[in-house]
Amino acid sequence: MASRKTSPPNRDSGDKYSVLLPTYNERENLPLIVWLLVKYFGESGYNYEVIVIDDGSPDGTLEVAQQLQKIYGEDKILLRPRAKKLGLGTAYIHGMKHATGNFVIIMDADLSHHPKFIPEFIEKQKEGNYDLVSGTRYQGNGGVYGWDLRRKLISRGANFLTQVLLRPGASDLTGSFRLYKKKVLESLVERCVSKGYVFQMEMIVRARQLNYTVGEVPISFVDRVYGESKLGGNEIVSFVKGLLTLFATT
Amino acid sequence: MTKLLEWLFGVSLVGAVWALVTFDLLDLSLPKTYREVAWPMPLYLLVSFGCYSLATVGYRVATFNDCEEAAKELQGQIKEAKEDLRKKGLKM
Repeated sequence: MASRKTSPPNRDSGDKYSVLLPTYNERENLPLIVWLLVKYFGESGYNYEVIVIDDGSPDGTLEVAQQLQKIYGEDKILLRPRAKKLGLGTAYIHGMKHATGNFVIIMDADLSHHPKFIPEFIEKQKEGNYDLVSGTRYQGNGGVYGWDLRRKLISRGANFLTQVLLRPGASDLTGSFRLYKKKVLESLVERCVSKGYVFQMEMIVRARQLNYTVGEVPISFVDRVYGESKLGGNEIVSFVKGLLTLFATT
Repeated sequence: MTKLLEWLFGVSLVGAVWALVTFDLLDLSLPKTYREVAWPMPLYLLVSFGCYSLATVGYRVATFNDCEEAAKELQGQIKEAKEDLRKKGLKM
């Protein structure tokens, strides 16, 4: 490929990064996250595309996404809506079908995951040719914002219990800010059956089982700016069920 | 081998050794002090593991980073983004 002298670094590496953004009622957040993605990808110069998978949000997320597509171009913003709310795993499968990158980044569209970490993920991946790079709130400069003591205690307790029972070789199991080689994500998604928090955990546990290599990058997790974040009894019960299922089956 | 089986294997191995020494199953006629040390061992192990767990989780909760800076930075960028997007013609 011919390179112009003005083009930013990293443009010609041949790698392309597809960001999958599953959304449901994220009308407020979607423009902001897309703006941040464009900003940081633009500065670092990596080749990218953003795939918005909207599950029929009643708040008009899709309409906002269409406007963003007009602003940033159809080669950068791809819309792959679905008729109704389906699982996260199927959203990734659906999005991946249309992804043209050789790497896939998955993240939440609610601004809790900041795109500024993506260049760090990419550097980390290149450093060790890792099959997947996971953001971690539990190491180095990683951390959270907006959590009270109860939430921190549950999070740390659940993480400790999981580390003891599963010894997964990664510090943040329930986080969903990750970079995968596309082939790796495809083979993992096929195998994972859990829902919710446990889905992310199963992805990384199965990755270890299949001898994929995992790199980690500390991230700051800023809990939902708009909208509500939930952690109730139901979430805890389903987490424990999922944990025990993985304990008995992997 | 699943994690469950690994655990069962580990626990039964430790349990077997413990029973051997405590009840002298192989008639090794070990000194009495061996048995006296061995029989409360599972309880000691359990209690120390419990203490270790509590201390670890407690320490990690206490040292959990609060990312005030990151939140501030994000708020600033949200303002910037909204302005820029409005200029580009986005109707919120």
